[in-house]
Amino acid sequence: MANQARVGVEGRSTAISGVSGETLNLRKRSRPGEKFIQGLLFVCGIISIFTTTGIVYVLLTESWRFFGSPEVSIIEFLTSTTWQPRIGAFGIWPLLNSTLMTSFIAMVVATPLGLGSAIYLSEYATPRIRSILKPVLEVLAGIPTVVYGYFAISFMTPLLRAIFGTGTVQIYNTGSAGLVMGIMILPLISSMSEDALSAVPRSLREGAYGLGATRLETALRIVVPSAFSGIIAAFIIGISRAVGETMIVAIAAGAGPRFTFNPFEAAETMTGHIARISSGDLGFDTIDYNSIFAIGLTLFIMTLGLNILSGYVVRRFREVYE
Amino acid sequence: MRAEPIQPFTRRLPYGEDFKRNIARRRFIGHIWRYMFFSSLIIGMIALVTLLGTIVNRAFGTIAVQERVNPATLSEQPLEELSQEELLAIAQANLSGNVRRRLDREEPLEQRSAAELLQVIEEFVLQREVVKSWTLSETLFNYSHIEAEAAEQFPNARLEFKSWVSWDFVVRPMSRTPALAGIRTALLGSTWMILITMLIAFPIGVGAAIYLEEYARDNLVNRIIQTNINNLAGVPSIIYGMLGLAIFVRNLEYLTSGRFMGEGMGAANGRTLISAAMTMALLILPLIIINAQEAIRAVPNSLRQASYGLGATKWQTIWNHVLPVALPGILTGTILGMSRAVGETAPLIVIGAATYIVTDPSGPFSSFTALPIQIYNWTSRPQDQFRDIAGAGIVVLLILLLSLNAAAILLRNRFQRSL
Repeated sequence: MANQARVGVEGRSTAISGVSGETLNLRKRSRPGEKFIQGLLFVCGIISIFTTTGIVYVLLTESWRFFGSPEVSIIEFLTSTTWQPRIGAFGIWPLLNSTLMTSFIAMVVATPLGLGSAIYLSEYATPRIRSILKPVLEVLAGIPTVVYGYFAISFMTPLLRAIFGTGTVQIYNTGSAGLVMGIMILPLISSMSEDALSAVPRSLREGAYGLGATRLETALRIVVPSAFSGIIAAFIIGISRAVGETMIVAIAAGAGPRFTFNPFEAAETMTGHIARISSGDLGFDTIDYNSIFAIGLTLFIMTLGLNILSGYVVRRFREVYE
Repeated sequence: MRAEPIQPFTRRLPYGEDFKRNIARRRFIGHIWRYMFFSSLIIGMIALVTLLGTIVNRAFGTIAVQERVNPATLSEQPLEELSQEELLAIAQANLSGNVRRRLDREEPLEQRSAAELLQVIEEFVLQREVVKSWTLSETLFNYSHIEAEAAEQFPNARLEFKSWVSWDFVVRPMSRTPALAGIRTALLGSTWMILITMLIAFPIGVGAAIYLEEYARDNLVNRIIQTNINNLAGVPSIIYGMLGLAIFVRNLEYLTSGRFMGEGMGAANGRTLISAAMTMALLILPLIIINAQEAIRAVPNSLRQASYGLGATKWQTIWNHVLPVALPGILTGTILGMSRAVGETAPLIVIGAATYIVTDPSGPFSSFTALPIQIYNWTSRPQDQFRDIAGAGIVVLLILLLSLNAAAILLRNRFQRSL
């Protein structure tokens, strides 16, 4: 790939007489300009490595400082269910719990809807209907998350309060954040699953029809199983997005870590906590400053793990067709 | 068509009436599921419509305006019809010394236009304020209720239809009063940030894509780079914010605050436009690289071979033949990255973009605020009217994103035609 330019004259001194009688030297000339450009482009490529090492370095060193301070122990961080920096209680579980809760609600909304739309778009829709409906999902995917946050607080929360009563549903609650997050993730799941479904060769469908299967049977028993690795990957990436989502939970899920399983109560997620702590004028080298990096490290490990898992699922379980 | 009973299978395969019933049942189930699949798309559509509806509902509506001083006591004619001189006289006669000195410092009253003077009089002399606001749906369907409520609670107030999105809203600077607040500083901050972000991210992103597609051999280093880029695309944006906070804002404060340019230059700390732009650039780099790679990969190999055949060097081939063909795809990806950067909020919050700032950003080394930050800030306040202007801010943001995407499509079509 890289040596296409060297046309096999390398190393040999070949001299041919040109038309004018001068000797043409076909030996490979050294081109410092070309080398320089290649070096420059390599630097561009390597910047992404710097980014990753930068992220890992920053998260590790600041977390190290956090865990090194006398008030904090790593065991307490991993097991305790109270996060109250004022009294020196740093247990990740209240934050992690609400993150998992919002993500769970989001996936409960997004998975069936996303998969349903993907199946409809790839198996049922005529090109005309597709060209009308697909842009809707694309527009949903392009809306900034802060707008979803606004939607959660000024539509979903009042709606939940109207349905379940203002006594049960608090103004800030994880349920509303989770539901809206599900709408946000829907287009991601839908488009990734649709790609997987469309990649299933037509011959498989024709085979199923030939055996007398209905369209639904073909879709559910032939196409979906064949595309299963892609769908699972979409699901995992969806979770990763939900876990890392910040603005919706920062706006709608409430401030103040609380260990609760009630979706109608306010509970701060990991990302929401980072956003709230850092939106004040945060002093460097305070315990608050260091603590958000420990939370960030947890978040990073979770999302990275999920992303790697999805890549593994695709590679390991992909059905390869001719 | 009658199904003949086939002896060995009689107990397992339906035939006759059973067969027909079986077919009908299967088709019925198929129909039900079909509608269920379709309805999940419809739910998505309803969500989109509701979302846009909620925003429009808040961005327009009715307001109750109350004035401490009746304008009729100032002049017999309506204030709007007065000339600049007459307004100036009213302003000078009625403003207290302190307020006048403060306003004169900003811009002498004598030099202000009639419209500006009118605004000054409304704000400081009449002390006009919006006491309550109602949404668009209430205005359209329940106006009598609004009138009753206004008459009961604010007998002196006047009801007006208000579009919170307006040209004034776009060009006015920040204010602590929602009715007078605008997004000028936020919009300028966003623009500056995007420009710098693209200046950094575009060349690096395209460079990296060229390297990976045209130069990189299949060895360990290059495989690591590729995997790494794919994984970076999945890192939550708030993590990038923390990277920016620790590296650009804190460790490189001397550079990012602009203090290296000399005494008294730059901002007080590293929470400046350049820090935000560099963070955003890192955030959208994977997106740009992956899109550019796809565009470059789509260029047919015959083009490259033809160029080599004519004796062009590798870089000449890339620059003159590969890049022009790949450009539409690269640009589309870049604009996608750009619209991501415009709407991204979380990293800016972590970096510590200012939420209240009235001066326009003056360069890369000034502190700033951005449009999504403003929207977030207004949304998180409990008062109704801040919710209204947050809605108006979102309308502007969405229009901005929409025009960016339209520009992407136009650009792509144009380049494609010229090839």
